[in-house]
Amino acid sequence: MTGFFDLPTIWAFVIAFAVFAYVVMDGFDLGLGILFPGFKPGPERSRVMNTVAPVWDGNETWLVLGGGGLMAAFPLAYAIVLPALYAPIIAMLLGLIFRGVAFEFRWRDPRHRRTWDIAFTAGSIVATFAQGVTLGALLQGIAVEGRAYAGGWWDWLTPFSLLVGASLVIGYALLGATWLIMKTDGVLQLKCYTLARNLGIVTLICMATVSAATPFLSGAYYEAWFAWPRVLFTAQVPLLVLICTVVFFIGLRRGWEFMPFLMALAFFTLGLIGLGVSIFPHVVPQAVTIWQAAAPDDSLIFMLVGAVVLIPIILAYTGYAYWVFRGKTGHEGYH
Amino acid sequence: MFEQADAVLLARIQFAFTVSFHFIFPAFSIGLASYLAVLEALWLKTGRDVYLGLFKYWLKIFALAFGMGVVSGIVMSYQFGTNWSVFSDKAGPVIGPLMAYEVMTAFFLEAGFLGVMLFGMNRVGRGLHFAATLAVAVGTFISAFWILSANSWMQTPAGFSINEVGQFVPESWLEIIFNPSFPYRLVHTVLAAYLTTALVVGAVGAWHLLRDRANEGARVMFSMAMGLVMVAAPIQIFAGDMHGLNTLEHQPAKVMAMEGHFQSHPDGAPLILFGIPDQERATVDYEISIPKASSLILKHDLNAPLDGLETVDRADWPYVPIVFWSFRIMVGLGFLMLALGGFGLLARLRGNLHQSRPLHRFALLMGPAGFVAVIAGWVTTEVGRQPFTVYGLLRTAQSASPLDAPAVAASLLAFILVYFIVFGAGTIYILKLMAKPPQITGPAGDMEDDAQPPVRAAGITPASSVSTGRAIGGQHGTHEGGPRR
Repeated sequence: MTGFFDLPTIWAFVIAFAVFAYVVMDGFDLGLGILFPGFKPGPERSRVMNTVAPVWDGNETWLVLGGGGLMAAFPLAYAIVLPALYAPIIAMLLGLIFRGVAFEFRWRDPRHRRTWDIAFTAGSIVATFAQGVTLGALLQGIAVEGRAYAGGWWDWLTPFSLLVGASLVIGYALLGATWLIMKTDGVLQLKCYTLARNLGIVTLICMATVSAATPFLSGAYYEAWFAWPRVLFTAQVPLLVLICTVVFFIGLRRGWEFMPFLMALAFFTLGLIGLGVSIFPHVVPQAVTIWQAAAPDDSLIFMLVGAVVLIPIILAYTGYAYWVFRGKTGHEGYH
Repeated sequence: MFEQADAVLLARIQFAFTVSFHFIFPAFSIGLASYLAVLEALWLKTGRDVYLGLFKYWLKIFALAFGMGVVSGIVMSYQFGTNWSVFSDKAGPVIGPLMAYEVMTAFFLEAGFLGVMLFGMNRVGRGLHFAATLAVAVGTFISAFWILSANSWMQTPAGFSINEVGQFVPESWLEIIFNPSFPYRLVHTVLAAYLTTALVVGAVGAWHLLRDRANEGARVMFSMAMGLVMVAAPIQIFAGDMHGLNTLEHQPAKVMAMEGHFQSHPDGAPLILFGIPDQERATVDYEISIPKASSLILKHDLNAPLDGLETVDRADWPYVPIVFWSFRIMVGLGFLMLALGGFGLLARLRGNLHQSRPLHRFALLMGPAGFVAVIAGWVTTEVGRQPFTVYGLLRTAQSASPLDAPAVAASLLAFILVYFIVFGAGTIYILKLMAKPPQITGPAGDMEDDAQPPVRAAGITPASSVSTGRAIGGQHGTHEGGPRR
């Protein structure tokens, strides 16, 4: 039942990929919302918004695929995790509502543009923080009895989950700042170089703290990271972070435009790989494995046929959309 | 009864509230996306500025409606887990893949090409831009396909078995996707979306024609909308009737509730036009009915026997008053739409489609009718399948998450607050855009026409002078005599 490339394992990777795609793509546009108060009202803010206005909608869709895929492939996990993380998930949804409508509303109502700018920022921060808290709460484990969540309503609220929440806010802000380095020029770009450097330092401190704390949340995580000979493999992760850190700061100092963003993405990629190392093969950490939660093979095969054909097509036209809007962004949209 | 049912009832209210709000937007954007594709195609084919003007006009409204549909739709996709976790665990293996296909085939397509559609007019060629518009329109349709398939499966489940832990396990995906009520529901809902859009477009056209009969954009949009209503309304009534027959076959208790038939009628059932259903006493008070008409409609035979709810276990009854009334609201509005279509046809034949004030006023009044009918129809079908989430197999009370009432109450309150603020503001913005007369100016291909500030003021002043100058019928002008007719 626990072969390495059976259907549940493949689906675990597909969903992990959806979450990864979500984090790297919606990460930078949520980051813009987090950074928004730092930009001058008027053309500067409009320009920042316009760097993602044509693509944010597609970015956010990966979240729906992650959630919908979880329900389809691992219904038991979906049924346990969502009630357990009820409050942060509702908060995330409400945050995403404000952030999403702000893209259109701020253009339609110039008199209340400041209000929608605040909604954009607040929505982005709440959604990001809630995602971080969700992740932290997942990592620290969920009480399960039978086929349902069995813990209390505030179990998710711990110093660790709050730390992960705050770290994610900083991390997304870093993604946003490095994205803007690519998409803008002039004064705005200079501002973003400074922002990116400071945020980079804080992000790395946050990553180190979370990484240091995680193995001590449970014996299983400690084993996953430090058991011999696994450690030969797992040790590559912090090593790569170190290399990326060096490249990141060199890139900032030399004024490279693409490298800082790529390195920020690399931090997130490595962070997610680290997460995978910790929890695999569980889908509800420390409680339910992917094989226990998996839907019947018929469901997994039916979806896999679609995923194999469709996900590459999705990636192709997503890439095309980014290509259409390549280069530096100006001030005006279609509005 | 309260302590136990509280959390489930609150979760049901939350679902009903969020889905009703959400449904408004796709109901509008499915039709509008197609309308935009038609407008752009007409522009590419004829080169007439009026089509491009209308395209730009409705594109802004579409962007607002679509954005609100997306954010409220994400809530729906997570609500299955937060509030209905037992349902998700049990029905996930069947419902989940359908929704995953919706995301992979439709949601990404719409979201991916929306950016090109909104912002890309000056960045890609005309052909590619039209392809993007088409992709968005097709995406909304594919989305409806999968979501209605999932919903229909919950109403008329097929192609599955149940495993040892009580999960629904797929046996035949063809039977699951094309379950017995799906084709009827798909046709009925998509037609409803087209009608909803046509009524809104028609009302906006009428509003501007009432102010300025010479506005070319208003004339074209009104004519197109009335044409669609004329064709779609009768088809919709026919499709609705077919859907009703299908429901009678597969969910008889729902039809009994729609018809208000508590008692069985062994020799021909009456059609109750009006009445106040009393669930407790199982009677309909103050009944006004046409003898044997219900049998005629449902069985095409005056004397065909029809069973009433008395033949169904009382624990399996839907709540009749809601279903009974929502059904009547939907049908009543459907016939008003038919009347509007007929009126429009008459005016067209007489050549006064753009002059007839009564027609314009009627069309204006009918503007929101599609939304009301769509919600009423949704309520009919959803409340009518209670007390089940998966019809006949999984009860609503057994589908909910193990949540405490205060948690659900708090989130419900938050949703109500946020939805009214956000979607209230969005509705105002949409109405503001609709209040602007469509401008048919400027060279083709220029998307940034908002930049010219005097447009709005200039649009209104000469309009009234044009209107009085051209008013052939005399006294239906803009002055005191106006509102009486």
